[in-house]
Amino acid sequence: MNLLIKGGRVIDPSQGIDETMDILIADGVILELGKGLGSPEGFQVIDASGLLVTPGLIDMHVHLRDPGLEYKEDIATGSRAAAAGGFTSVACMPNTSPVIDNKAVASYVVNKAMSEALVNVFPVGAITKGSKGESLAEMGDLKEAGCVAVSDDGKPVCSTELMRRALEYAKGVGITVISHSEDLALVGEGVMNEGFVSTELGLKGIPWAAEDIAVAREVYLAEFAGAPVHIAHISTVGSARIIRNAKARGVKVTCETAPHYFTLTDEAVRGYNTNAKMNPPLRSDADVAAMKAGLADGTIDAIATDHAPHHLDEKDVEFNLALNGIVGLETSLPLSLKLVEEGVLDLKGLVSVMSCNPAKILGIDRGTLRAGAVADVTIIDPAKEWDVDAAKLESKSKNSPFIGWKVKGKAVYTVVKGQVVYQA
Amino acid sequence: MGFRHKDIIALKDLNKEEIQLLLDTADSLSEINRRDIKKVPTLRGKTVINLFYEASTRTRTSFEIAAKRLSADAVNITASTSSVTKGETLSDTANNLLAMKPDIIVMRHSISGAHEYLAKRVSCSVINAGDGAHEHPSQGLLDMLTMRQKFGKLEGLKVAIVGDITHSRVARSDIYGLTTMGAHVFLAGPPTMMPIGIERLGNVTVCKDMREAVDQADVVMMLRIQLERQGKTLLPSMREYARYFGLNPAVLALAKKDAIVMHPGPINRGVELSSFVADCDQSHILKQVENGVAVRMAMLYHVCGGEPVE
Ligand SMILES: [Zn+2]
Ligand SMILES: [Zn+2]
Repeated sequence: MNLLIKGGRVIDPSQGIDETMDILIADGVILELGKGLGSPEGFQVIDASGLLVTPGLIDMHVHLRDPGLEYKEDIATGSRAAAAGGFTSVACMPNTSPVIDNKAVASYVVNKAMSEALVNVFPVGAITKGSKGESLAEMGDLKEAGCVAVSDDGKPVCSTELMRRALEYAKGVGITVISHSEDLALVGEGVMNEGFVSTELGLKGIPWAAEDIAVAREVYLAEFAGAPVHIAHISTVGSARIIRNAKARGVKVTCETAPHYFTLTDEAVRGYNTNAKMNPPLRSDADVAAMKAGLADGTIDAIATDHAPHHLDEKDVEFNLALNGIVGLETSLPLSLKLVEEGVLDLKGLVSVMSCNPAKILGIDRGTLRAGAVADVTIIDPAKEWDVDAAKLESKSKNSPFIGWKVKGKAVYTVVKGQVVYQA
Repeated sequence: MGFRHKDIIALKDLNKEEIQLLLDTADSLSEINRRDIKKVPTLRGKTVINLFYEASTRTRTSFEIAAKRLSADAVNITASTSSVTKGETLSDTANNLLAMKPDIIVMRHSISGAHEYLAKRVSCSVINAGDGAHEHPSQGLLDMLTMRQKFGKLEGLKVAIVGDITHSRVARSDIYGLTTMGAHVFLAGPPTMMPIGIERLGNVTVCKDMREAVDQADVVMMLRIQLERQGKTLLPSMREYARYFGLNPAVLALAKKDAIVMHPGPINRGVELSSFVADCDQSHILKQVENGVAVRMAMLYHVCGGEPVE
């Protein structure tokens, strides 16, 4: 399909663009960006006046649960949720069953995505075999099979020595290590943030120090190894401060946070709401403010959802027994657009953290509308108000604390390789 | 006024009038417990299920006696965690029990919030007999009843609570109930057992030293230390705990002359309390147990929609 996207407000930080323009797309590639482009014969024209046109959004941290846990989500449903949320690319974590720790499983994901996914699916391989934290996975093979990063997400690499070797080895392979940072001994049997709310509810708390200490370890190891490290889902004042300081002295550290960490606090757990149970846990007002400050000053490089689908039965239980995580692909954009309304980010800044920066961190040729680039484009109506309705979510799972919220801003067209894969 | 709650999950949810009502009812019902024939027909034909996920002979027996003295049919179910490991969820259990049409489910559960979960899913009344480290409302009420009987009122009392506050559902219920009724609570315990923000729960002062909390107190409430749980990282030793946070005659002497000593039981003699203190005239520990039955009768009575007893 050939496309002409006409008259939209094009925002592309990779080229420093924020102005009303047209985009011509042919054969899955961006042909031309300009004003008053004529529409050649046979091109579909999308009138984008009043809409934002951005490089396709990238969610660098999702769980697609495929292979092995398809009752929660699979590559097809997960990619539909991504497309509906305006994402043209997702990076999926390897804590599947089996774990994506070898070429065969990585190839399965790549091949299945090729035939069933609406959006680009980039697998993340495991750091260690089986994500058991005992010995390194075959990172060279994983990269060759299409993995864009390695991570034992879901748990930290507990051995500091093994993490050192992982960073060194990954640097040689040329693949990014993504750290799920927590000190498990400090987490203990904690099920929510340790603070006034956990005291009141009588639930075991997880102290912020459990995250800060682990993030500090990764920063020092990355500095020592001279290797890059990406910290997943930061949620605390301390993490942001540690990373800000590390960046200032030249450590190659990047990080992401998720919409729930700059939108909700642990107050959301009241009523023992299992849809507010996640890891890291929802924190305090000060932490929410720190996430915004970190996004505003560039300490936080990316917004990722940590889209973690779970079946209703896994959440409809006593709080301690509920699994961690929430779905996020379809609510990320409006929650993030709120940052623009609040003046935390301008639109260019928002597109940077939701597209350009994730592409750079993962080393994928996306996140730009430059002529010649793959035509992944998201067209957003920033004024569109809608209700988050469980029945209308594309994801197989509905575990979201935002169900019932009224939100503003929606992707109205999601274009992947020049094809409209979603239209509101 | 009547009692407008279907369930009693937490003293946090009850206002001054409601607590007053429960205590007044308990006071009048306690007379039944001293009769020759300890039974009234008030709840005849009602079914009470005691669903205990955690062993507690004391609380379960107390609820059972309370139900029987009101002529309700009481059934005890000890739900072992094995049914959980077999895959039966609390929701399954609730549905199965509901099919038997009980009027009240009294539950003890090791997970905080389990009662809130259950109460949302069943039409019958739910009474919390202790959930995790959250609340233990019947214990809170019987503690208050014991204090009120001694001092005639709760307003203005100085109550010291000493021990493992973090893991104590008794402490939380006592704090909510007492501060709602106008008492002032002073807490003491090792810093490893003092949770963040506890002073924000009400009229609560956290003390560094146990002596500070006990000083001029009307009531000294000692909490149970769970030897098996705290041994690992929260305390160096029981010996040291007893030395700094145990109640002995010297520390008790700091309290008011007519102060009373309380403990939710079962006590570790020589740890929270010296035997001398446990058995002294100021000890109201057995009075608490006695009041437990009356308070639980009042709770059963009011969730069943009873009118105030004259
Ligand atoms: Zn993680
Ligand atoms: Zn994750």
